[in-house]
Amino acid sequence: MIATQRLHLVDRVNPVSRLAAAMLLTTPLLLTVDWVSAAVALGVQLVLFAMAGVTPRVLIARGWPILIAAPIAGLSMLLYGQPEGTEYWSFWLARITDGSIELAVAVTVRVLAIGLPAVLLFMNVDPTELADGLAQIAKLPSRFVLGALAGARLVGLFMEDWRAMALSRRARGIGDHGVVRRFATMAFALLVLAIRRGSKLATAMEARGFGSDHPRTWARESRVGWPDALLLCIAVAIAVLAISCAVWAGTFHAVWA
Amino acid sequence: MGRVSETTRPARVEARGWGWRHAGRKRTALDRIDLVVSPGERVLLLGPSGSGKSTLLHALAGVHGGAEEGEEFGSLLIDGEWPGAVRGRASLVLQDPDSQVILARVGDDVAFGCENLGIPRDEIWPRARRALDEVGLDLPLDHSTSALSGGQKQRLALAGALAMGPGLLLLDEPTANLDPAGVHEVRQAVARTLDRTGATFVVVEHRVDVWIDLVTRVVVLGRDGRLIADGEPQEVISTQRDTLLAAGVWVPGVPPAVSAARPVPAASVVDLEGIGLAIGRRSDAVVRSDLSLALPRAASTVLTGPNGAGKSTLALTMGGLLPPLGGRVRASEALARGLKTDPIRWRSRELLSRIGTVFQEPEHQFVASTVHRELEVAPRALGLDAATTARRTREVLERLGLDRLAEANPFTLSGGEQRRLTVGCALVSQPGVVILDEPTFGQDRLTWIELVTLLRGLVDEGTTLLSVSHDAAYLDALGDQHLDLGSDALRMEAAA
Repeated sequence: MIATQRLHLVDRVNPVSRLAAAMLLTTPLLLTVDWVSAAVALGVQLVLFAMAGVTPRVLIARGWPILIAAPIAGLSMLLYGQPEGTEYWSFWLARITDGSIELAVAVTVRVLAIGLPAVLLFMNVDPTELADGLAQIAKLPSRFVLGALAGARLVGLFMEDWRAMALSRRARGIGDHGVVRRFATMAFALLVLAIRRGSKLATAMEARGFGSDHPRTWARESRVGWPDALLLCIAVAIAVLAISCAVWAGTFHAVWA
Repeated sequence: MGRVSETTRPARVEARGWGWRHAGRKRTALDRIDLVVSPGERVLLLGPSGSGKSTLLHALAGVHGGAEEGEEFGSLLIDGEWPGAVRGRASLVLQDPDSQVILARVGDDVAFGCENLGIPRDEIWPRARRALDEVGLDLPLDHSTSALSGGQKQRLALAGALAMGPGLLLLDEPTANLDPAGVHEVRQAVARTLDRTGATFVVVEHRVDVWIDLVTRVVVLGRDGRLIADGEPQEVISTQRDTLLAAGVWVPGVPPAVSAARPVPAASVVDLEGIGLAIGRRSDAVVRSDLSLALPRAASTVLTGPNGAGKSTLALTMGGLLPPLGGRVRASEALARGLKTDPIRWRSRELLSRIGTVFQEPEHQFVASTVHRELEVAPRALGLDAATTARRTREVLERLGLDRLAEANPFTLSGGEQRRLTVGCALVSQPGVVILDEPTFGQDRLTWIELVTLLRGLVDEGTTLLSVSHDAAYLDALGDQHLDLGSDALRMEAAA
């Protein structure tokens, strides 16, 4: 377990605003494939996250999937990216050229610039708070949001079901089957169980008055305030700065071009 | 906080010629029910499985859907109104503790019902705290709901129902899946609540003794879904004794007619033993260590102990399903029949004819689409020829009284039938040792007697039995050897 790391500002922002900030920040970065915009965005992000309290340890603990994915994405670009300029090395389909090196750097930095803020902004998000926000702030239908929230809680039960089913297959004499076949039959059985659990949960929720046409109240108020506005402004500012730098440096390269 | 209790006004229930037919069924689940429950009355609703007790409760709670779920006859009213129109007047607690937890934190879960009723925010939290107090759950509001025991989860569900301030409290077998301590907790919480709120109360339960002192009236439904008795508790219990017994109800003062446990002969051969065992479901989480126990051949051993003591884990370890985290499990040469004596090293197919394990949750074990095919799984895995397979499955079907259901889907059987089927699936491969985890959870008296008689028969034929159970009557009947994981007895045995 990783101890919960408190973050300045971000922790005071509603989960819905964090979602919006992540989208505002990363969508413009998806429009271009150059290294300048990504590097500027990543640089500013790292400074700001450090100021918010993200230590290198937290960065690695939370962001490791992104930290691994980024160089892998870069490596494939390095070997198989559009060849251009001087060729340094080649083997069968793989060619390392000036063009592919530039593309590799751009892609690696871009995966980091898009992935890290998404992971770090959602670091301490509580599913219940997110659901409160989605229903009260984003005005999504409460039936849908609360149904999803309660359903997600069943996942823990499904994991226990899965373990018990695996043991029972051994007891029933069919535990020696191939992995694929066993997985298929267990997945089907879990599906049946999931439907049954789901309908029981639905009855339990209905028994507490859920799903009536009566307007519902919210025991936990989901609020937005100046920290939310500030985070959204920062997100927009980073995106604008990154794209401007790319245009100014002449490296802006729209994905559709 | 005073406002909370003022909003609770006991509800009046009135059924006139009421009936219900589930969609797609020919027979009505409930038929021409006439019943008036006055405000503040406390009713115990009894009847055999399938008599429509739960159907009635669900209808009162307004959780029956519209026409797509079934067809309604006559009228069923709460305070003169259709239950669906007055949601919140009645609240319902169901049987399964796990499927009633809705949200991740205790406080949020209790508040959920109030939110749905549109109660203002500043009133919800006092209500939630008060309801938690009342059911005796002394936990912070942000306590995780997944870390609760079965009894705590049921009390949480009760708190959620109470916070809604219902005039009619409905409980559908609320203690069927609980150990004795959990049953006691829930019963006490309900008693406190009723004394304070004076709410009208209807409970469905097989075990009469839990509720008999609390209720003012007993209503009995017959197998055909019609009302057959209604009156003062002691009177109904004594006049309807035989009907109730035939319906599988646990009538107080009538112990089940099964033979008592018998002492294990001193010179018994040991079939399976655990030596200095450390147990746990994951290798980094040892639940208990230094456990030593021996299962004498052709005798029944019952393992008891409080929740979380590791009873099920020990049973699974003894059954060769979980690896011991320390020490070892040793099978006798007679049981191992030429294999190494550690059951965990046997292949799944080899385990089948040596140790059979029946899990707590029948639905985890089903792998086939009909009862008949379910029973054929083990003979097929053993590679038995068609004639032997057919003979053995037929024998088991007859013995367990499941022949009528041979072509039914296992998931559609009743709880008692599912349990018998899982026992049958273990028996069909004729193992020397049978291990059962909570075999009598939620069983009515009839299926209980059938099961215990069957198991005693197996022991008489030479099978070695190990059961995990909370059930005192089960211990009386099958505890030839009694091991209590709550005490340190198993450790001392190791030390001796």
